[in-house]
Amino acid sequence: MTALLETITPGLLTTIQDRGRHGYQAFGMPVAGAVDEYALRIANILVGNEEGAAALEITLLGPKFKVLAPGKVSLTGADLGATINGREFPRWETVAVRAGDEIAFTAVKSGCRAYLALAGGIDVPQVMGSRSTYLRGKIGGLEGRALKAGDKIGVCAQAVKNIPLGTRLSPDLIPGYDPLIRLRVILGPQDDHFTAAGMDTFLNSEYTVTTEADRMGYRLEGPTIEHVAGGDIISDGIPLGAVQIPGHGLPIVMLADRQTTGGYAKIANVSSVDLSLIGQAKPGDKVRFQLIDVEESTRLLREREAALKKWATSLREIIGRSWQFRITVGGKSFATQVEEIN
Amino acid sequence: MYKEPRLLPAGDSALVVEFGNEIDPEINARVRSLTAALEAESLAGLIELVPTYRSVLLHFDPLIVQVDVLKQQLQELIANLGQLELPAPDVTFVPVCYGGEYGPDLNYVSQHTKLTVEEVIKLHTSTNYLIYMLGFTPGFTYLGGMDERLETPRLKTPRTHIPAGATGIAAKQTGIYPIDSPGGWQLIGRTPLKLYDPYSDPPVLLKAGNYVRFEAISPEEYKEIRKQVEAGSYQVKREQLSTGGEAK
Repeated sequence: MTALLETITPGLLTTIQDRGRHGYQAFGMPVAGAVDEYALRIANILVGNEEGAAALEITLLGPKFKVLAPGKVSLTGADLGATINGREFPRWETVAVRAGDEIAFTAVKSGCRAYLALAGGIDVPQVMGSRSTYLRGKIGGLEGRALKAGDKIGVCAQAVKNIPLGTRLSPDLIPGYDPLIRLRVILGPQDDHFTAAGMDTFLNSEYTVTTEADRMGYRLEGPTIEHVAGGDIISDGIPLGAVQIPGHGLPIVMLADRQTTGGYAKIANVSSVDLSLIGQAKPGDKVRFQLIDVEESTRLLREREAALKKWATSLREIIGRSWQFRITVGGKSFATQVEEIN
Repeated sequence: MYKEPRLLPAGDSALVVEFGNEIDPEINARVRSLTAALEAESLAGLIELVPTYRSVLLHFDPLIVQVDVLKQQLQELIANLGQLELPAPDVTFVPVCYGGEYGPDLNYVSQHTKLTVEEVIKLHTSTNYLIYMLGFTPGFTYLGGMDERLETPRLKTPRTHIPAGATGIAAKQTGIYPIDSPGGWQLIGRTPLKLYDPYSDPPVLLKAGNYVRFEAISPEEYKEIRKQVEAGSYQVKREQLSTGGEAK
């Protein structure tokens, strides 16, 4: 393992995440993984990794890193005011770093979670087939915990693909993180546990993200949703994006670290294409739920995946050797790359 | 039990098959049958299953399988469930040291139930408990079948720290804490076994559809078994049962 980053300050909550620990929910093991999987996947593609490689999930107040060795990185998701040596760290782009560089995060501008991928993917042991940190279970990532000062982050090996510096995500695939969120939802499985008035409230009210919003789930505040006969059910499985309404009548949107099973009625489930939006919401952001059917939701997902695949397969790869230089012209610094061609 | 199981949407990437709306061994047996059938079929696009008291949650990849196709395949499987021979369940013997520092609430349970300490232990160890499901925390088992005479309400103020292996009673339920956690159950004993070990394969000791039987051990036996568990040399005792959980 080559150590690439040294943690100077860890930030509010910085964890190592991949696409999660699948196949163990029947044992009660939560999936964990990146809350905004879309942003994680793009960060990995931009540095030539497998889409599911482990990267850093950075929450609101970001960390500060010293770069220990030259490498390629990318930053996606929330705009947390990231800088490299005090200059803007461009998001959704393949970027070079050199030994001695300092990566910092200065201000929360939009969104909640940024993803920092390193070419090669972060090297930590897999637990049940995943490198994702599950904090409550104290497994995955670095000893099952968030980053702390002094932690060194290394990469596994070379990236699968050698993506040229300056490669960018096509602009039509870059999401915006509006503080007014429209979440499309599919009704069920327990929509019949709510009165017509309750359903009307759910679909026609504005909810506010509370401070009780973490990797496990987001509690929302607003008009209470009426049940037919209480919010309790016989415990059953909880899918990603489930909207639970416990007895108090207020929604909780269940995310990556959710428990596998639970005993509250689930009125609806967030459409896959909108999971990033709730995962990037901050306390105080507004949420409105909008009805969508399964067919439409699936169609939107297929469209998005086709567009993402089209972009990913269009990326140019460097086949021969390449060298990276940083040159200074008239006080401005430029990263350049020289490629070997036949 | 419903006449026909209900197929309920749970977003665009999950589906619920619900067999009933009660906690009932027969309904749970249907859950187990469907789970076994699905595990044997390995349908394209199916990611994983979460069997619970009365339903199975199927996580699938909608980019690989269309929900209507999956529903059709499920209907066919469900129609043939009756012919499916389920493997006979087994019972795992879980040694528990009752009372003292291992079970600080045993005396309270004895007072509340108006049974002697010996009677509480005898009742708690004389049943094969059905593992209805796992969930809540890694390795936590929802057990059914506790003798009604043992019913004791939860603590008024939950403890902030309960060690892994603590065995307790909460109202009509009995169970074991698989990891250190806060909790409000009346602790009557503790098992030296590890119910959950993330570095083992599988990571949990117990499986839904099987049974648990508690066995009383002394503090000396607890320490000895614990040593063997730590060293990885302890052989967990298991026995085959006939369907329905009766000893053969």
